[in-house]
Amino acid sequence: MRIVDLYWLPQLAGIHQRLPENICSVDASWPDLVSVANSRLNFLQTNQLDRVLSKRGRTAGASHADVVAGTVRLAVLSSSTAEHLSAGIRVAGLRRSLAVEIYTGAYGQYMQELEDRNSGLRKFCADVVLFAFHAQHLFGELEVGLPADESGKLVESAARHIVATWRSARGLTSGQIIQQAVASSYPCLMGSNEHRLPGSGAALVDRLNERIRRLAEEEGVDVLAIDSCMARDGRDAWHDPGLWHSAKQEFSPLAGPAYGDLLMRLVAAQRGRSCKCLVLDLDNTLWGGSLGEDGLEGIQLGSGSALGEAYVAFQRYLHDLSRRGIVLAVCSKNDPVAARSAFDAHPEMVLRQADIACFVANWDDKATNLRAIAAQLGIGVDSLAFADDSPFERNLARRELPMVAVPELPEDPAYFARCIADAGYFEATRISSEDLARQDQYQNNLAREQLHAVHTDLAGYLQSLNMVLHWAPFAGVSLQRVVQLANKTNQFNLRTQRYTESQVLAIMQRADALTLQLRLIDRFGDSGIIGIVIGVLSGNTLRIDAWLMSCRVLGRRIEEATLNLIVAEARRLGATELQGEYLPTQKNGVVSDLYSRLGFSRVALREDGSSLWVLQMSDYVAIDAPIALKRSDARG
Amino acid sequence: MDKQKILSEIALIVRDVVDRPDLQISMQTTAENVKEWDSFNHINIVVAVEARFGVKFHTAEIEELKNVSDLVDLVWQKMNT
Repeated sequence: MRIVDLYWLPQLAGIHQRLPENICSVDASWPDLVSVANSRLNFLQTNQLDRVLSKRGRTAGASHADVVAGTVRLAVLSSSTAEHLSAGIRVAGLRRSLAVEIYTGAYGQYMQELEDRNSGLRKFCADVVLFAFHAQHLFGELEVGLPADESGKLVESAARHIVATWRSARGLTSGQIIQQAVASSYPCLMGSNEHRLPGSGAALVDRLNERIRRLAEEEGVDVLAIDSCMARDGRDAWHDPGLWHSAKQEFSPLAGPAYGDLLMRLVAAQRGRSCKCLVLDLDNTLWGGSLGEDGLEGIQLGSGSALGEAYVAFQRYLHDLSRRGIVLAVCSKNDPVAARSAFDAHPEMVLRQADIACFVANWDDKATNLRAIAAQLGIGVDSLAFADDSPFERNLARRELPMVAVPELPEDPAYFARCIADAGYFEATRISSEDLARQDQYQNNLAREQLHAVHTDLAGYLQSLNMVLHWAPFAGVSLQRVVQLANKTNQFNLRTQRYTESQVLAIMQRADALTLQLRLIDRFGDSGIIGIVIGVLSGNTLRIDAWLMSCRVLGRRIEEATLNLIVAEARRLGATELQGEYLPTQKNGVVSDLYSRLGFSRVALREDGSSLWVLQMSDYVAIDAPIALKRSDARG
Repeated sequence: MDKQKILSEIALIVRDVVDRPDLQISMQTTAENVKEWDSFNHINIVVAVEARFGVKFHTAEIEELKNVSDLVDLVWQKMNT
């Protein structure tokens, strides 16, 4: 059984069946509810959240205090049962901070309601009208042997009926009219060449949908492309013939959340509430591997590997998005010069620097950078979508900026484009010539002034990660990883000293040496060994020969926790002083100020830019870092 | 999965669908016993049970259900054949 679900939204933490208790209370705040609505809810959870919403609405005054982006009065005029889709629609509204009121006409009664001046529909004062007709309602009993010209007339008369309802609805509202494309539930009579049988239901539905799209264009009506969705997700994911016979439900309740989201995208788009800008991470998002570590030649991009091809295909999709008016921006923890040059120097890059309206590569936290990007582009933070392969960065962005759309990208980049497309963040109902020229416009208008940094609660976020640094002296089982890390780490690497396996083994034998392998585990999982330290005792001084860390975990204050650990272990060896050295390379600028940040004093600055630093441990007070240290047995 | 376990999972679903967290559900419970268990909610219960256990009921089987015990038996039978 295939179920359509909102797979691009994050799972609610610790969810099974019911929603968390605090959400179910009438005191739950609107932003809390919006945040729950932005998770991967199944239909039961959706119904439950909808009940919370409606109970809340009944408590007087509660809704007035809410920070609602807008209200929607939606009339659903359907030829089949549609009440069961209402919860999914209201929750999809909530997802966009829109408060939705729904009027559902009695099924099949929509013509009377449209005509009658005193009907409930008229009194409702809808600002959005949705028409949803099932094929049998439009075509009646089908005669398979129908000659071609007769079947043409059948399509035409169904189309005329639909246009007539649109025009009646125009008398009710100046707002948006949405026509659901006709869903085909007819089984094939011939097969692949079904279109050659004029009286085939499946063929008639295809022709009618084509007609509806053309007429909708003329009449200013928006189409809800349920036919495309059914083709994409499989008919069975949407339509259950058993439920059709028992309850006249054209769409299964299981598809309710997806139906609601699809509809509310259109409503939000018409109100200018679709995302305008897609902010992109670089490493492992636009290409495979890390630019800083692997270098321009080492990243995976382009022909030669399936993975490299997948990143190219994703870039091509992004390029197409930008050509149709979606602004692209970059937000990456990378060296700014190297990151920019990759766009123009790598022969397989589809995206070029000119395609990026705002390019931010630095070591700041990404929430701060996302705010800066929105400010620089002159759009709201709620107009941003943010694509990043790292769960850490995604969750930081969601926590700090819940109004930013952050899809749960699948692990395989081959599915990145599909995920972003399915999420519907950039839903548009019209395309203008301005859209097609937008990228240039942003590029030209770009303000270069220094942006004021807005405070991000990074400390609170880091605290919430429950990071534990499991440390141990080097051990045989993890030797390979230690050697690999020592030899490929370029950015957070103080001396960029390379080691062979036998050199490392020799160090491990020495009684006067300190070796530390650091493994990070947080609530998102195990990052493996992410850092190593090698120190050698000489008199009362412990000389730090190697201190390096994987760039994946920069910005989490692991260096502070590591220093606490080095000091404790150095004291155990009898040292009273630490000595560190910084040897600058093309790539390790990120640690040029590390020793100074950590309270070391500089004792020498050489002509080549290298420097020598000392820390007296007698007056060292452990730095308060949001990471627990734990001695572990030395497994890989 | 034994029938008691199936019953307790179904009870969770029914309580959720009819929005009565403290409702007692036994093998003998029928839709008539529970005011909120109307035809609308009945469909939601059936569909949710199908999705929860990864089974699919036949149209006729749904019509023949008389009480919770029938539903538990049907799930058990589908999962064990």
